[in-house]
Amino acid sequence: MTKARIDARFAALKTEGRAAFVAYVMAGDPDAATALKILKGLPAAGADIIELGFPFSDPMAEGPPIQRAAQRALAKGMTLSGTLELARAFREGDQDTPIIMMGYTNPLVTWGYDAFARDAAAAGIDGIIVVDLPPEEADPLADALDANQMSLIRLATPTTDDARLPVVINRTSGFVYYVSVAGVTGVKEADAATVAPHVARVRKASGLPVAVGFGIKTPERAGAIAEVADAVVVGSALVDEVAEAVEMNEDVTSRVLSKVASLAKAVRLARQGLTTV
Amino acid sequence: MNAPARPNDYTAYPDASGRFGDYGGRYVPETLMPLVHELDAAYKAAKADPAFQAELNGFLTHYVGRPSPLYFAERLTDHFGGAKIYLKREELNHTGSHKINNCMGQILLARRMGKTRIIAETGAGQHGVASATVCARFGLPCIVYMGAVDVERQKPNVFRMNLLGARVEAVTSGSATLKDAMNEALRDWVTNVHDTYYLIGTAAGMHPYPEMVRDFQSVIGKETRAQILEVEGRLPDAVVACVGGGSNAIGIFHPFLNDEGVKLIGVEAAGEGMDTDRHAAAINGGRPGVLHGNMTYLLQDREGQITEAHSISAGLDYPGIGPEHSWLHDVGRATYLTATDLESLDAFKLTAELEGILPAIESAHALARIGDVARDVGKGGVVVLNLSGRGDKDVATVAAHLGMQI
Ligand SMILES: Cc1ncc(COP(=O)(O)O)c(C=O)c1O
Repeated sequence: MTKARIDARFAALKTEGRAAFVAYVMAGDPDAATALKILKGLPAAGADIIELGFPFSDPMAEGPPIQRAAQRALAKGMTLSGTLELARAFREGDQDTPIIMMGYTNPLVTWGYDAFARDAAAAGIDGIIVVDLPPEEADPLADALDANQMSLIRLATPTTDDARLPVVINRTSGFVYYVSVAGVTGVKEADAATVAPHVARVRKASGLPVAVGFGIKTPERAGAIAEVADAVVVGSALVDEVAEAVEMNEDVTSRVLSKVASLAKAVRLARQGLTTV
Repeated sequence: MNAPARPNDYTAYPDASGRFGDYGGRYVPETLMPLVHELDAAYKAAKADPAFQAELNGFLTHYVGRPSPLYFAERLTDHFGGAKIYLKREELNHTGSHKINNCMGQILLARRMGKTRIIAETGAGQHGVASATVCARFGLPCIVYMGAVDVERQKPNVFRMNLLGARVEAVTSGSATLKDAMNEALRDWVTNVHDTYYLIGTAAGMHPYPEMVRDFQSVIGKETRAQILEVEGRLPDAVVACVGGGSNAIGIFHPFLNDEGVKLIGVEAAGEGMDTDRHAAAINGGRPGVLHGNMTYLLQDREGQITEAHSISAGLDYPGIGPEHSWLHDVGRATYLTATDLESLDAFKLTAELEGILPAIESAHALARIGDVARDVGKGGVVVLNLSGRGDKDVATVAAHLGMQI
């Protein structure tokens, strides 16, 4: 079911002629119950794919927004099993929206790769991105995921040259995630013109859809990237909404979902703009 | 549980993928992976280049002040009444600790690679000072990441770094200590991939750092081996060193790894005690996991979240340990003991009073176990302790613990 769910989603979007909007949510931020409400509201707000962050104490590739989101989640006791619990609860009401987990190696090592892959598949997870697990170290996890028909989604970056690209793509399925800037999440801004040739390069080498993320914060930027990529990922800008809503004592769920709606709308309109040109 | 088999040649590690048995590796984001491969290739070429080695040796002799003396600590020996105790005087190096050995090697490599911007992390500030020093010497800009908590407790070293022209960035994320400084340095490196060299201060992190830092620090053990053979006509019965990330320890251990008659003893920081959770002993109080690019023993909770280390010594206040130590522990070639804050303070005072040497509070952890080791080995035996740094930077900390104001 799992890899199939990602492939089915991209196939459907292809016939619609538009890019996917991928929303990143940190499990347990600001607390488990609210995070579940956000998850359940994401498809209706326009998220085509969900990236579900699982918190780690030392997220070395994250900028301040996601660092703080992880701290908020950990302070409320979120765990890897808690993250799978959220996915399971979401799946009860939605069989079609792919969920990709995203996080760091150590909680997975602690759980054990084989047990994790089995439990994650059972919870309805479709794939995983592990930021600090490059291809050189990933075979044991890739084996475990394969055994459970889950996708290992790799990151390609501005430093991944043509010689290295095949290493990154090997054993990748579902899609490839192109990191649009050399840097941590949520700091530098992605530029569609710079990103476009890299997306084409990765798409050609992998034969897979290419998602772009790391520097996309506004609907304008999301729309511009949607014209050149197969999927647009927004994370830091969404967790910042959580932080601000908490600070201003506003309703977190509605604030996050309205941001998702505005980003998703920009992604949907992007290609229409293209076809009218 | 069966220990892994002992190898025939301990010095044949790491393997091509940067592993010491199960430990080590390169667990870094893809953005850094090409840089890590580039560094590995550049270091291999430098290691094999006699011109590089000659340049390094020249600076070690004339700038760092090597070789450091191997000193017979007669009064400590008499005090404990066991084996003869020798101190390897790394505190006499320029900048006051062993850290400069590694910094000199890496700055020459960075120059060779054409890098123009140097970043480093520091805990006690000793590695930060050594990094700032070599950057000043070679005219390169230096940014030192330091936990905000450490900036507060190591003020004199922050000022020294500033005097040397380095910029100290106080890190407030996470627990605001050494592990967070390392996270922040890695974030800088991911962001500035083209011109920046990351000068890691200990034998930990992603391959090739554990191997490279070990190689640069092995000058300590090579000298010690030659010096003890000259004065005693034999190898020591035991070699003792404190362990934070493990660079001074692996530096003195490595040239003795294949001499199985030489006991190798590392001393981890037990903080307020191993029966509390306020310590920094990764091997004695942790379990294997992945942090900062390597698989190694780590302090962590049941869920694999890294927990905070605690030690009176900022230089040992780190939840991990270099991967080669994790492996030497598992195969049984080295033994890892612990010393508490209070034991280390006592050893600090004892060494000052008996030998006229103020040891770094880090080194004082090794001194805290030297009596036990000397008595274990017994009269007629010989033990060597790596006195990794001098204690001038710690006088305020020691005074505070003695209830005094200076
Ligand atoms: C004098 C001294 N000894 C030891 C250490 C611990 O580091 P390592 O275990 O890498 O030698 C430090 C670290 O700051 C230090 O300053």
